[in-house]
Amino acid sequence: MYTASDLRKGLKIQIEQTPYVIVDFEFVKPGKGQALYKCKLKNLLTGALIDRTYRSGDTIQPAQIEERKMQYLYNTGDEYFFMDQETYEQIGVPKESLGDAVNFLIEGIVVDLLLHNQKPIGATLPNFVDLKVVKAEPWVKGDSVASDSKPVTLETGYQIKVPPFIQEGDLITVDTRTGQYVTRAK
Amino acid sequence: MSQGQSSESKELQVLEITRTRANLLKYIREFFTHRGFWEVDTPILIPYPLPEAHIDPVKADGGYLHPSPELSMKRLLACGCSKIYQIARCFRAEESGALHLREFLMLEWYETEKDYWDMMEQTEALIKYVVQSLFNTKEIFYRGTKIDLKSPWPRLSFRETFLRTTGVTPEKAIEEDRFEELIVDYLEPSLPKDRPCFLVDYPSQVASLAKLKDPYTAERFELYIAGVEIANGFSELTDPYEQEQRFIKENQIRQRHGKDTFPIPKGFLSGLAEIKKAGGVAMGLDRLLAIITGKGEIALTQPITFNDLIH
Repeated sequence: MYTASDLRKGLKIQIEQTPYVIVDFEFVKPGKGQALYKCKLKNLLTGALIDRTYRSGDTIQPAQIEERKMQYLYNTGDEYFFMDQETYEQIGVPKESLGDAVNFLIEGIVVDLLLHNQKPIGATLPNFVDLKVVKAEPWVKGDSVASDSKPVTLETGYQIKVPPFIQEGDLITVDTRTGQYVTRAK
Repeated sequence: MSQGQSSESKELQVLEITRTRANLLKYIREFFTHRGFWEVDTPILIPYPLPEAHIDPVKADGGYLHPSPELSMKRLLACGCSKIYQIARCFRAEESGALHLREFLMLEWYETEKDYWDMMEQTEALIKYVVQSLFNTKEIFYRGTKIDLKSPWPRLSFRETFLRTTGVTPEKAIEEDRFEELIVDYLEPSLPKDRPCFLVDYPSQVASLAKLKDPYTAERFELYIAGVEIANGFSELTDPYEQEQRFIKENQIRQRHGKDTFPIPKGFLSGLAEIKKAGGVAMGLDRLLAIITGKGEIALTQPITFNDLIH
């Protein structure tokens, strides 16, 4: 059981039978009054957004979600296959359930697969992953000042903006929470 | 800004906000010194806070860190101080958000023989003085809107504004436990964006340390700039018996919400009898800075934070 002061961005909670994740969170406390915890919640099953306001003293159910450590194996385009790290059981997850995570899934990566009533509904990735640049325009010295970043394509097909010195074949670190370039990896 | 510059620009930001804070404190001290106020400093570690329904103090070493210097400063008024101000770090448990910090810098001042209308004038004069001194302007820009600081700032009745923007009376909203929600969702967004304004005369239930104007209304104001609460002021309640009854009610609300209650502060109450009349104002300086610098988020007004010190 959570209390209102546990609420924060990213927390997964349950309202009736539905799991939600808090995608936006605001603390307000007008004029010596009660604190209000205003949340924007994303339905983890449908992706729909709703607003909910909680007060200090409210209790909130944690989402009934099972997290299983799973290793990503391969995909067939529509379906992504993972293997349980303990039982070696393999399961297929529809692409749409994984959302943006598909941009960062490289063979062998271990993720926390989220299951609600045994059904996979998403995956939590490591915060940082290293991905190979498979397509990049060469950087010409003397390019205009405005071009202090350029788009490249990564091995997962994900397109990302990187500093001009990044070349095809480089390995770069990406923050999976923001989808943004962090640094060139060794 | 390109990413290669980010650590350098972080240093520049720290430098800039540190300088602005230093100047803000200097001009506040100039303002009060010029008006004959004494700067005071009082204990931050206190045995108990005043019983207030919705303010949760931080426990520390057998006592609490003060949530505001009000307790100590009114004891000074009781001893005969007549014009005092304090700039103090204050602590409130679990208050953290775009415009809230658990630890924040509070300016609080009191003057005897004054009421809340006088305190509104002082508040208006202080902010104009500070903005003029800091930025050499009578205008501030916040989220793309120009805010004109020219006097007089409107004084709006809280009750009328609440009724007009929410469709219910504040009393009804308090009874239905919708008071804060209606303020945030309807009242605050409707306040003027292009100039500061005061909301005056709050329902007595939400002003436990303010003098009553009539049985339902307290002599309390809130200053809003850009729809954000900046300062809260009262005609101070100086009747010990009345104050004791209010504290009991505040404790009852705390109990209903499953919170700790605090002892009735006897020394504070007997001190009140020595103060005939006084006005007081509390102003969150970090939040003031967030607005007048246009930064918007209180976190951007902090050169060093708790999290910065973890590593």
